[in-house]
Amino acid sequence: MSTQTRNAVLDPASYADGTVLDLAGPLVDGGAILLDEVVAARAPWSAVVRLGDILTIVDVGGNQSADCLLYNARDTDERYSVPDTIAWSGNVYVRAGTVLRSNQGNPLATVVANEIDRQDTIGGACGKESNTLRYGHHTAAEHGCRENFLAEAAKYGMGARDIVSNLNWFMNVPIEADGTLGIVDGISGPGKRVAFRAEMDVLVLVSNCPQMNNPCNDFNPTPLRMIVTEGAA
Amino acid sequence: MAKVAPEHETETVALARADARAQGGRVADAMPYLPASSTPRPPPGVEPSALTWAETVAGGNYTHKVVARGTRIRLEDVAGQACAHVLLYNALEPWERLNVADTVKIGWQAYLTTGHQLLSGDGRVLATIVADDSGRHDALCGTSTAAANRAKYGDSAPQGPSPSGRELFTLAAAKHGLAPRDLPPSVSFFKGVRVVADGGLDFTGSAGPGKAVELLAELSLIVLIANVPHPVDPSPAYHCGPLRVHAWRSAPTTPADPAWDATPEAHRALLNTADYLAARGL
Repeated sequence: MSTQTRNAVLDPASYADGTVLDLAGPLVDGGAILLDEVVAARAPWSAVVRLGDILTIVDVGGNQSADCLLYNARDTDERYSVPDTIAWSGNVYVRAGTVLRSNQGNPLATVVANEIDRQDTIGGACGKESNTLRYGHHTAAEHGCRENFLAEAAKYGMGARDIVSNLNWFMNVPIEADGTLGIVDGISGPGKRVAFRAEMDVLVLVSNCPQMNNPCNDFNPTPLRMIVTEGAA
Repeated sequence: MAKVAPEHETETVALARADARAQGGRVADAMPYLPASSTPRPPPGVEPSALTWAETVAGGNYTHKVVARGTRIRLEDVAGQACAHVLLYNALEPWERLNVADTVKIGWQAYLTTGHQLLSGDGRVLATIVADDSGRHDALCGTSTAAANRAKYGDSAPQGPSPSGRELFTLAAAKHGLAPRDLPPSVSFFKGVRVVADGGLDFTGSAGPGKAVELLAELSLIVLIANVPHPVDPSPAYHCGPLRVHAWRSAPTTPADPAWDATPEAHRALLNTADYLAARGL
């Protein structure tokens, strides 16, 4: 993005009153920085993270859901799988140590560091269509993560068939004892981070969630910082 | 060369043809019943002539069917050892398919039972769960993979002793022109999973033999079913029992049904579905 755009994106005055922005830095010490980009509020993002390299995602403004899908960069038929990740790890929440599995059961990435209690992978992505169910047909013109995913996936020759249930970094979805679940107020904050190491060359798609009808981003969409660092040789 | 199957006289085409034809009419434990009205066990209260699908699916096997909107599909866990992994697609536009995340999130409920809508990612209802006396189902763990089954059972060949759900779905999908990339996360019936406080999984298993769940097709659907052990079933052996499938002509949910506006979300999902059908002239 241009310097002018970047300045606006990183100006707290561009957001709700009281917004604090903290760009933090790589969560894992060591390797050289290979890529360092700011994702504007509501925008999509993608990059290939090579085997062994580490992606740090910074929740710059706090409680900003980073909806995320991973693909085997060499064969995108193999992609992130919510149920395989849950079944192999034996837990519905994603934390440090969780292996992010593909639909073939293979490790795509491993969460190597995490600064919030738990990350979500059951809440899925918002979309123009599903918003009509969740909030009413008056929301149909609003933005959604599904639009971001479809737009970004199209750059790689992928379409609706390739968008599956996803991860939501920094989103909070508790499941109560009777199975009731939902998106509630976040447990992240400005500068909180998560980092995962690629276990193969992975294509990462992110939608910086534009939702304005639930607390997945505090009703105040803010930027993300994406930092890829070189893994240990 | 000595014959290994001397009961088959197949030296000539005429004999081989006679031998093949003599096999017709036999009965197997797991088989489809054609016509469906000939099923040996029609569901209680269902007129056999209304049946459009009747089949017993063996453990470790799969089935698939295109069903009309308004079809009611009954899955029965005959011996208490089945696990029916299910994928649904809009038969008219199969890129519209089951979205498990939307199904649990929009329903505000992780545990599937009567009244829960199985939603697509396009804001419409594919099917509604309209009956359930099991209550042991799962929308979190999906189905098994070749990698998982090789690790757990030592083999995962699709026609071997311990095929995975994903491999069977791959075969079922291929018969409708669908590829592995068309296999999203699935739901499963008859083996329960509950989430404990720290997010861990508690496998609650089967509710016992004879339990059934019924799905009402709100759109015309491609239905794929793989009957394989649940992915977190702790048994080290590949145990999976027969699954009985019956389907019959019924009516989709209409404004006259209490389900039409059971919840605001369910109501708008049905409105979206009706809107889609009306525009298509269906």
